[in-house]
Amino acid sequence: MLDISDLHVSVDGTEVLHDINLHIGQGETHVLMGPNGSGKSTLLKAIMGFGGYTITSGSIVFKGQDITHMPIHERAHLGIGMMFQHPPAISGLKLGKLLTATSHMDESAIEALAQSVNMEQFLTRDINVGFSGGEMKRSEVLQLKVQQPDYLMLDEPESGVDLENMNLMGKEIAALLEKDIHIVNRRRSGLIITHTGYILDYLEADQGHVMISGRIRCHGNAREILRVVKEKGYGECLRCKPR
Amino acid sequence: MEHLSLEDQERLAQTGLEVGMQNRCGSFFQIDQDVVQTTCGAEGIEMLPIKVALEKYDWMRDYYWNAVPADADKYTKYVAKQETPQGLVVIAHPGVKVAMPLQACLFLREEPVQHVHNIFIAREGSEIHIISGCASSWQKERGAHIAVTEIYVGKGARVTSTMIHNWGAGISVFPRSATIVEEDGTFLSNYICMQPVNRVTMYPTARLVGKNAVARFSSIVVATPGSFLDLGSRTILAAEQTSTELISRAITTGGTVISRGHILGEKENTRGHIECKGLILKDGTIHAIPEIEGTLTGTELSHEAAVGKIARHEIEYLMARGLSEDDATATIIRGFLDVKISGLPEVLQRQIDDAIDKAESGF
Repeated sequence: MLDISDLHVSVDGTEVLHDINLHIGQGETHVLMGPNGSGKSTLLKAIMGFGGYTITSGSIVFKGQDITHMPIHERAHLGIGMMFQHPPAISGLKLGKLLTATSHMDESAIEALAQSVNMEQFLTRDINVGFSGGEMKRSEVLQLKVQQPDYLMLDEPESGVDLENMNLMGKEIAALLEKDIHIVNRRRSGLIITHTGYILDYLEADQGHVMISGRIRCHGNAREILRVVKEKGYGECLRCKPR
Repeated sequence: MEHLSLEDQERLAQTGLEVGMQNRCGSFFQIDQDVVQTTCGAEGIEMLPIKVALEKYDWMRDYYWNAVPADADKYTKYVAKQETPQGLVVIAHPGVKVAMPLQACLFLREEPVQHVHNIFIAREGSEIHIISGCASSWQKERGAHIAVTEIYVGKGARVTSTMIHNWGAGISVFPRSATIVEEDGTFLSNYICMQPVNRVTMYPTARLVGKNAVARFSSIVVATPGSFLDLGSRTILAAEQTSTELISRAITTGGTVISRGHILGEKENTRGHIECKGLILKDGTIHAIPEIEGTLTGTELSHEAAVGKIARHEIEYLMARGLSEDDATATIIRGFLDVKISGLPEVLQRQIDDAIDKAESGF
């Protein structure tokens, strides 16, 4: 589904991602770990196509199409979706209005989806204005439930979420990634940035990657990587020689 | 109305004028200096040309040039020196509440200057909504509109005054208005100007003289190239427990907006807030001048002002949801202008939304 080859990304003229190679197959969920500032969010934003993240070489291919220089909204139309870690607050723009503008759903369908994530009271609120951490995340999940992307990127879905919300979020994210469908028939893919690994209580990941200083240092079983990082920290990864 | 060209009818419709009087309980129509229509179907509400009102009621003199001094400036002096005053008087008798708006339409067609003097009186416990639509003929290249409006909100009364402007690029406009609000009274003022105009200068003032009185001014304006809008609103918190909010949204696509605001807290337990936001879409000027002035410990006043462009990350956020860059920008502008005014009847809110919709194509 997603093929990233030899990708180099610069921000403000400084290269921050070096020689990234990543392949995510259809139906696969991958986890991306790494210390703060290692470039994980940058990679997600570069895949989404945000301005300020200049691809100096390499390519991003999605569903067989080269999207390296495609505008953001066309990537969204192709089926890429993203859950933001820090979504902007936009005063005056109602959450419900945004959902109507970005979908062909009628009001009742949107309301039903909002109810499923306890957001029905928020449809008439300005998006993310005065939302708590959990509310912001639920709003993100709701937007993705409306968008139904084939490939979903989640930037720290656990951050700022209490236990009750985590349970709801975990289940919803698992559903967005079609974890309820047999692995053979699963079509949705995902890339999840996590520090704590809590999200793995709700869904299985097919692969894990560790990014350090803008490079992916290793690939492997997500739970195993998480265990090693929990026990030994990222120091172990730093010492590890990439093959 | 039938005598007007289709183009002019359309221009008036953009200011909220309902020709067929649907959703209106009364209508006043002045073309240049001629009052061509005054009808009111609401019981307990009188709509009269000011000349008639002054002849009919002796006490009208108490309200005539009271809230606005006749010698305030050269524009009020110009209106005061007219032999035959023109304009609208609305009287809402005690306890009369009408949810349906009254419309006042002021149309500048041929004369170089239109002068208007309006007086709105809401007696104790009454409630009225007035929508003033002001426009000029599409053929009118130059001209001026000078309008004095005096509003008296009685004890426990509520007045909503919504003014929508649709002038031409060569028209200069000088509204001069003031409101006096008594105990428990509420005054809501809304101003919309989304179309080109040469110059608008106004600084309406609400004086809250009775306990618990409330005033809220909201304005939504767009300055197109060549437009100069010097706008403001002022509330004087002259009684205990009074409060006010001055809210403005200004966009420039090349013109100038001076967005003023002034709250004077001079009594105990008073509160006031100014919120002034400006969006520069194309190089132009937005100059926000919020002033808050307190004269004793028991007043709490605040202001926030922000001028800038649309944040790039907001546009990209919406693009990540599938909106094109243009649609994302328009959606954010819509949100920026979306100042929901509590207590506004739906038809008026729709009118405001319509005015925004019609202007949107120009962004």
